[in-house]
Amino acid sequence: MPFVKLNNIYKTYKMGDVSIKALKNVEMEIEAGSFVSIVGPSGSGKSTVLNLIGCLDQPTSGSILIENQQVQDLNKKQRADFRGQNLGFVFQNFNLIPVLSVYENVEYPLLMIKNEDSKNHRERILSLLDAVGVIDQKDKRPHQISGGQMQRVAVARALVTQPKIVIADEPTANLDHDTAFKIIDLMKRMKDQEKTTFVFSTHDPKIIGEAEIIYTLEDGTIQNREDRRDNV
Amino acid sequence: MFKIAKIAYRNLLRYTRRTLLTSSLVIIGIVTVLVFIAVAGSFKQLMVGQITDSMLGHLQVHRKGYVASIENSPLNLNLPAKQVAKLETVLAEDKSIESYSLRLKFGGMLSNFTETSNIRLNGINPEQELKTVPLLAQRITGIDPESPETPSLEIGEIWLPEALAKGLKIKVGAQVVLVATNKDGSVNGIPLAVSGVIGSMTGPGGRDGYLNIKDAYQLLRIKAGEVNEVAIRLNDFEQMNLSSIQLTQTLSEFKNKKDKPVFEVHTWQKLSPFSNIAKIIDLLTLFVKIILIAIVLVSIMNVMLMAVYERIREIGTIAAMGTSPRKIWSLFLMEGLFLGIFGAVSGSLISLGIIQYLNWQQIVFSFGKQDALVLSPTIAMSEVIITAVIVIVISALASLQPAVKASRLEPVDALGHF
Repeated sequence: MPFVKLNNIYKTYKMGDVSIKALKNVEMEIEAGSFVSIVGPSGSGKSTVLNLIGCLDQPTSGSILIENQQVQDLNKKQRADFRGQNLGFVFQNFNLIPVLSVYENVEYPLLMIKNEDSKNHRERILSLLDAVGVIDQKDKRPHQISGGQMQRVAVARALVTQPKIVIADEPTANLDHDTAFKIIDLMKRMKDQEKTTFVFSTHDPKIIGEAEIIYTLEDGTIQNREDRRDNV
Repeated sequence: MFKIAKIAYRNLLRYTRRTLLTSSLVIIGIVTVLVFIAVAGSFKQLMVGQITDSMLGHLQVHRKGYVASIENSPLNLNLPAKQVAKLETVLAEDKSIESYSLRLKFGGMLSNFTETSNIRLNGINPEQELKTVPLLAQRITGIDPESPETPSLEIGEIWLPEALAKGLKIKVGAQVVLVATNKDGSVNGIPLAVSGVIGSMTGPGGRDGYLNIKDAYQLLRIKAGEVNEVAIRLNDFEQMNLSSIQLTQTLSEFKNKKDKPVFEVHTWQKLSPFSNIAKIIDLLTLFVKIILIAIVLVSIMNVMLMAVYERIREIGTIAAMGTSPRKIWSLFLMEGLFLGIFGAVSGSLISLGIIQYLNWQQIVFSFGKQDALVLSPTIAMSEVIITAVIVIVISALASLQPAVKASRLEPVDALGHF
């Protein structure tokens, strides 16, 4: 049984009188603990697929199964709860909360979403910050650290709630090549360490090869599925 | 909730200049309202105090129909001695009444032997009168202007209104002749000694002279006991309207031959035009409060809407992570609330400081015929608290729409916002 299953997914956006078919008959299966990359040119539908897996959007038709739960028909509140309990996100622009310190940014999902007491999770946050290599920056605000460090914090924030899947939409797009590799490497390490499924999108051909499974999208349809687990 | 409050507080600090600017608008609004309430309220209180405690009393009882013709001081609408006795019995039994004064008001001619002028007079029992309108004593100047003693008003003495005394060049101690026509039309005159000059006041009775009621009876050839006005001082001024209703009810039992009530009861508000000024002051206070509400509403709603538009991606991020719409709503509501609380507390403290300063400086002003009135602005703590609470509630209301907008943002749209 796949951990994530997208079945016959269609997604159409309305722009005034014009309908844009972003996804057409997308079928996808992701196993638990895999490191999956969705690649394709701009406008191919990568972000739309990630938004659907991340329960940020709903398909026009088709079904999405995540850990045996149909999520396509959940209402706004149910989707928020589902995201909080099961998913972690890493964004292209890092999207750290500027008024919180590095430590507090990582702590945010535990306090605000998991409603945990701050005393209980200090060790876990510090160990995560240590694992992603920003422990020495923990008291700084996001504007005081580099882009690579911000994305490391974002990875730690995505993992702190021990989610089943981490969704990363172009996590390396705003980073230089070396830093991008380090982030992908970090994500892979964290996948092994935390036993989490990572699904990320990219159009950077140099880091595509780091993925175990690569889905290639073009014009809203899946053109290819490559399983590189034997190579990676 | 503390976690949301902490983030809300930090968000406000993120845009320090904007937060301070918005708060300063709220502060200016509160200071304007509270200082206005303090100054206008104190002015109103001072003037009402002067009018009731040195002229009118809190309530007045007349024979039915007298007030309608009060400008003529009609003697044919006097209360007969029998009715006055009944009235005195009722007043003596009424526990809300501190004291009362029987008055016989009439018009006459005053001569200094070379010139003559018309005069309105009150025949009074000085002891009763000074108990009922205690500030009257402060308006009277005797032979020694520095003496704290109230000049006497024995039989054969008169207190003349200042303006008239000046006009006729009459000084304290001088002899005058008072001539008046009684209700039958016959004219009589009596000589009197001026024992005091009484300062003018704005409003009815503010330029009246006073003489002993026994002299008034003699001059008008009226039987003792007959009066046309009874001024009443209450134990509790705040209960005036209630006391007036109760007294009206009690006195309504007394009917004339036509089975109509003998007496009519009026509060000072019905007798003095200053009550209209007091109403205008109340209305102005209300308008100033409405303006404050508008300032708070517009400034906080504006700043919170700006905050939502500027932080759409941030809202998208926290929503994507699973923050519930309710928590996002609470976050923005709290930011607005904090702005209101900061403005309300700072504004109230600054206002109290300004009011204290005004008290220390002493505001001296003239009003109508009165000079050198010293205003002591004060404000009830309840008024400060009510104004602060209004501001805080309005701040919360002003943040509601932006907070709802933030909570309803779809994360996928918000994250894609540039």
